Amino acid sequence: MQFVRTQMLAPLSPPITERGAVKWLRENLFSGGLNSALTLLAAATLYYLATLSLPWLLHGVWKANSLSECRTIIAANFGPDAGGACWAVIRARWYQFIYGFYPPEIYWRPILNFGLLFVAMTPILFSDNPASAAKLVGVVAVLTVIMLALAQGPVWLFVLCGAIMAGCFLLATIAPARLLPVTAVYPFATVWLLWGGSVWGPLMAMLGFVILAAVYRLLSPRFGVVVATATGFVIACIWWVALQGYVSGALQSIIPLAVQPVESDKFGGFLLAFLIGVSSISISLPIGILLALGRQSDMLLIKSLSVGFIEFVRGVPLITMLFVASLLLQYFLPPQVQFDLILRVVILVTLFSAAYNAEVIRGGLASLPKGQFEAADGLGLDYWQSQRLIIMPQALKVSIPGIVSTFIGLFKDTTLVTFVGLAEPLRGVTTIVRADINWKGIYWEPYLFVGAIFFVTCFGMSLYSLYLERKLKTDHR
Amino acid sequence: MAIQAMLNTSEMAVSDEMAVQITGMNKWYGTFHVLRDINMTVQKGERIVICGPSGSGKSTLIRCINRLEEHQQGQIIVDGTELTSDLKNIDKVRSEVGMVFQHFNLFPHLTILENLTLAPIWVRKTPKKEAEETAMYFLGKVKIPEQAHKYPGQLSGGQQQRVAIARSLCMKPRIMLFDEPTSALDPEMIKEVLDTMIDLAKEGMTMLCVTHEMGFAQAVANRVIFMDQGQIVEQNEPKEFFNNPKSERTKLFLSQILGH
Amino acid sequence: MAIASDMPKPVFRLGMLIYDTRYRTITIQVIVLLLTLIFAGWLVDNVRSNLALKGKDIDFSFLFRRAGYDIGQTLIPYNNDMTHARAAVVGLLNTLVVAVIGCILSTILGVVLGVLRLSKNWIVARLVMVYVELFRNIPLLLWIILVYVVLSETRPQPKDFKIVDGAAAAQMNLWNSIAITNRGTNIPAPLLDRPLPSPDWLPISASALAVIVLIIGSVLVNRLILRRAKVVQEATGLRPTTWWQSLAVLFVPTAGLLMVMGFHLDYPVLTGFNFKGGLNVAHAFTALTLALTLYYASVTAEIVRSGIQAVSRGQSEASYALGLRPGRTMNLVVLPQALRVIIPPMISQWLSLTKDTSLGIAVSYLDLRGTLGGITLNQTGRELECMLLMMLIYLIISLIISAVANAYNASVKLKER
Repeated sequence: MQFVRTQMLAPLSPPITERGAVKWLRENLFSGGLNSALTLLAAATLYYLATLSLPWLLHGVWKANSLSECRTIIAANFGPDAGGACWAVIRARWYQFIYGFYPPEIYWRPILNFGLLFVAMTPILFSDNPASAAKLVGVVAVLTVIMLALAQGPVWLFVLCGAIMAGCFLLATIAPARLLPVTAVYPFATVWLLWGGSVWGPLMAMLGFVILAAVYRLLSPRFGVVVATATGFVIACIWWVALQGYVSGALQSIIPLAVQPVESDKFGGFLLAFLIGVSSISISLPIGILLALGRQSDMLLIKSLSVGFIEFVRGVPLITMLFVASLLLQYFLPPQVQFDLILRVVILVTLFSAAYNAEVIRGGLASLPKGQFEAADGLGLDYWQSQRLIIMPQALKVSIPGIVSTFIGLFKDTTLVTFVGLAEPLRGVTTIVRADINWKGIYWEPYLFVGAIFFVTCFGMSLYSLYLERKLKTDHR
Repeated sequence: MAIQAMLNTSEMAVSDEMAVQITGMNKWYGTFHVLRDINMTVQKGERIVICGPSGSGKSTLIRCINRLEEHQQGQIIVDGTELTSDLKNIDKVRSEVGMVFQHFNLFPHLTILENLTLAPIWVRKTPKKEAEETAMYFLGKVKIPEQAHKYPGQLSGGQQQRVAIARSLCMKPRIMLFDEPTSALDPEMIKEVLDTMIDLAKEGMTMLCVTHEMGFAQAVANRVIFMDQGQIVEQNEPKEFFNNPKSERTKLFLSQILGH
Repeated sequence: MAIASDMPKPVFRLGMLIYDTRYRTITIQVIVLLLTLIFAGWLVDNVRSNLALKGKDIDFSFLFRRAGYDIGQTLIPYNNDMTHARAAVVGLLNTLVVAVIGCILSTILGVVLGVLRLSKNWIVARLVMVYVELFRNIPLLLWIILVYVVLSETRPQPKDFKIVDGAAAAQMNLWNSIAITNRGTNIPAPLLDRPLPSPDWLPISASALAVIVLIIGSVLVNRLILRRAKVVQEATGLRPTTWWQSLAVLFVPTAGLLMVMGFHLDYPVLTGFNFKGGLNVAHAFTALTLALTLYYASVTAEIVRSGIQAVSRGQSEASYALGLRPGRTMNLVVLPQALRVIIPPMISQWLSLTKDTSLGIAVSYLDLRGTLGGITLNQTGRELECMLLMMLIYLIISLIISAVANAYNASVKLKER
């Protein structure tokens, strides 16, 4: 009955059958009849896929001028029956896949813009992680410089762009928070860099936002957020619609600062996909937040308008929205108004993903404990303050996986703009390439290439969302 | 002590029949030696309390007894059945051994009554009516018959744990395992669960109980086993164990949990 | 009553419209309402002036004029003399057939993959993970186009199946029953020697109707058998073995009816330069269905995985501890709980799949978008009417599916304090 241990037992290592490779194999691959069968089946599948694709990949040809030349080279090197990838098509049409029909002599503009995109995103993506921020900007700066060198622009431009990127890198290492102004200016810089023309247009458009902010600052302490924003918005609208055109025209005639303009139909390839993707992603999130708040609102009218919009958009396929952009939007605007197809598409894609974001954020709001709302009220915060300081930070945190997967979906859906005649990389550019007599009959290589770039981008986004989730995992469990 | 008065351990009959016999048992998680050379026997009708610091392997030990965990060396014989990878033996042992978990683990999609009748119907092949009568009987014993048609989510923690005990009893087990049954409960609910367990002990149920409720151990247990670092460090009858601990580790542990 | 007379009379001031919480919400709503009405009025006015400028009006009568175009795949009788409305219905049915087949196949494949993803088998779990990531991170459109292009560019021409000097350049698959050519897939067609006479007023053939009714009947009888088994189990504790009864009830009557009606398969046979007999399934249909299935299977797999993981380990442990075997534990404890987590996102996936059938545009599949929103729109120039009608139809389908989802959610909500 009694027992006292006088000498504690030292830990032993497990018996040979219970450790190392043997145990691992037994537990993970051959733990039972069914499991062993599955393992063999999986191994067979892998073997089959490998025999199918490996020789093809290994026989790949990078330098050729046509598909038939590729085939001749492969046949000469690996025998007449050997198959092989003809990557030469990617090499030959690289610039088309990336830029569409953008004028080659000004490739530096999208390249610089692409580099600045990451600089502008850095303060948002890695707000409290300067090391990662600097690393990201550094890598992007190097990449941008390399791409600029490959694009063969004039030397002074190369030096200028290189200096801009180096400056950004310096800023990112010293004071990452100082990059925020870059973020604020970036949208207008994008418009000017990509479409070209007078610098005054984007600048004066930016001035409209400055006016909005100034009016808001001036009025909000006295009249509250809603009134201040509405007034600011109205004044800014008056500026944009009535005055901006004249002012920028006048300024342009006094100080002519302009670069070569580029028409929208010249845009294509991944430039277009990223342009639509990034702008829709960044605008759809705030709209989504507003819609989610509207749906949660106590005011019946606001609530039903939000619900109606969200359910309508979620109920129809994106393609129909795109057709609305290309076919119907002209019916709903005044007859003399004509605006750019890319802009129309961006607007509808944005509205589309805003509705999905709204639903994700609503889920996040619903998951918050009721006490949070009451605590916010109890602190004496008004509606917008409590939303901004207490509710939204938490709701967004919970919604991150959902929001990022909406963004991934949106980015993948940019391929659909091909159906309204834009040359996105997947179907737009590839169809053009496949129509070329030299590359007729090629299909795996261009699709694999485009698919790989989409995969890297989307997978990168989901990895970033995992990183964020880990970083933000502070509460509620 | 009040509880002690209620139950005089020497009066309770302990038969010589073996309920659980563990010899030379070792278990590893990966390369971590979690249970080291465990030797213990439990006689029918015996009530054993296992205690020890967290991570000492006490939960793992009782989870080995109904093979929720596999052991890698040694022998475990439960009610005459040796636990091996033979599924028939595992089924037999599991239907004879009841278990109560720290977090109750009631099935949230079933009513209390359905929780109680699930296993009798599907494992014991009891007719539904009979199973429900048994269930109501045991619900009565744990003093919550009026909750039969509610869902677990509608009950308090203490009530849920009592339902969990009743659920195990419905299988008419010969041995009951308790894995820290009161650790997840608010203080005012601990007593109602302990009372239920004491009632069970009075009826002569063989019980193995991992708990830090030393009052319960003193009142009910025939034996207290102290574990540390995956091994049994000391076992003794409660009076001796608490008043006259032999091992330094036991003394340290007791001073920590009784000291304040 | 001194107190009452001391109370100041509430005086209405204009500022209260903004600062008083009682009036504030009303003020805001009135302003929003006004703005909305102005905006809507502006839109309507624009539409009117644009229509006037183009010399058009809003008129749906074109729906009842002759369509004049052919549709390759028709589930109900259709020819180009029929109306645009009929063509739209044919298109809608084409949309629905892809949606239904896609939902069923992707759910089956996705459930299998989701369970395999949780398998303890390292290599299988990894393979499934790679599959899921591959399909989730690459646009669906790419899969549709790739399948279509591979089918129509790598497959041999029908004439290559001809046996010349004892050997053919291409072989048929599955014991000479399926021929995948570059023009489509030829599969055996189900035919009846002695079909039931069909009255004219029936929209589908009487034989098909009879088979459908019989299948529904069998399912109902099977439910009766299961219910009886439950009653027996409740009374005696022993559940009678029912699987062979179920199998018999489910399959024997239908098989019998088919035999009576002289059911046989009409195999595709190469005659001349093309296949005769059997059914020719267009690659557009195959590519769309296959790509949707593969893509949505990856989404479903993730839903199933997270649903099963959402049921805590303690649940299955408690079930094991009660003596329930792993199979029973899955059926009685884990699945009923996992399904509550799985079904709502699953329904929304089915909805997405249904909407994504509109991507058939990439392979010229004539679905609702291809007919009403495609050829009809282009022929008649009625953009406004066609688009609005098409969006309305999609919206109705979506609302029906969400209504089902909401009803389900309400019915299985766990009761808590």
